Amino acid sequence: MAAEPPSPSPAGLPAPDSQPLRIGSHVLNSRLIVGTGKYDSLQLMKDSLEASGSDCVTVAVRREKLYDREGKNLLDYIDLARYTLLPNTAGCYNATDAVRVARLGREILKSLENPGADWVKLEVLGDSKTLLPDPIATLEACKLLVAEGFQVLCYTSDDPIMAVRLKAAGAASVMPAGSPIGSGQGILNPNNLRIILEYLKAGDPDYPVIVDAGVGTASDVSMAFELGADGVLLNTAIAHARYPVAMATAMKHATLSGRLAYQAGRIPRRLYATASSPEDGSITSRPW
Amino acid sequence: MVTIEFNGVKSQVDEKTTVEDLLRSSNVQSRFCAVELNLEIVPKDQYPTRSFCDGDKIEVVTLVGGG
Repeated sequence: MAAEPPSPSPAGLPAPDSQPLRIGSHVLNSRLIVGTGKYDSLQLMKDSLEASGSDCVTVAVRREKLYDREGKNLLDYIDLARYTLLPNTAGCYNATDAVRVARLGREILKSLENPGADWVKLEVLGDSKTLLPDPIATLEACKLLVAEGFQVLCYTSDDPIMAVRLKAAGAASVMPAGSPIGSGQGILNPNNLRIILEYLKAGDPDYPVIVDAGVGTASDVSMAFELGADGVLLNTAIAHARYPVAMATAMKHATLSGRLAYQAGRIPRRLYATASSPEDGSITSRPW
Repeated sequence: MVTIEFNGVKSQVDEKTTVEDLLRSSNVQSRFCAVELNLEIVPKDQYPTRSFCDGDKIEVVTLVGGG
């Protein structure tokens, strides 16, 4: 049985925005989380973030570029009162590095007094060509970070068994990839996502499952929500669109549309047609 | 003078140089960064007093765009 959407209230369904996304102790008004990487300019990033309607953005931890003549920092372009930052461990290939990077991200966010200081998007990669997660190292890092008090949002493949293991390890959210990072291939295996949603939400319907990675365009976002995902995290699909601000706007609408369609409850698929106009009273003849 | 490895580059600093001195001379906004010394995070309140020993490895990191 697939995960069922919540029952409609007698007065009709609430607008998607009135049901915030809850991840651990965090409450997000938008179900769309967007990345801040790969933009041609920081101003374009800022405008795109705004157009996306998101209130949570991911960031990476990297060496400070010393003696930068321009002196521009990403944080000069992010309104810290508006966005919760979600630091990631992108680029880590083992659990030790992931824990190290997570701690450094937390240290920076603490000094910024941003609420994102207590959570992390855990990403432990196994291979630089596919950027697929290393499941064993991811699970190991997840356990270590949970033990240190982090709320861990865990990037993983779309393997349902791995998703169950990560939730059991204490992940605040499991975030299966629709397809490889930055590939734009959308959701390649919707059935795996259906199983993940069913397994992780069994007896725990509010457990947040976020589709992270692989989104190519707005319909991919809507599809994720229509399947029952609680959130979508994307970056490249906006940053590398021909017109990023326009795509960010499309993603905002796709989020609202997909979520609302899920709540509204789609009709079952049928092999044969069912007429929308009544048979009764028809003045035409039939071929049979 | 002591030799340290600062963000992967070997450099020489005076024994009395503190983390705060190093950040200032490198034009780093300390509010936007975290400092790791030999794999241990240096708390911000220790920046004005923490100095370096020969062979110390210091990493200064900040947030950049990412997904």
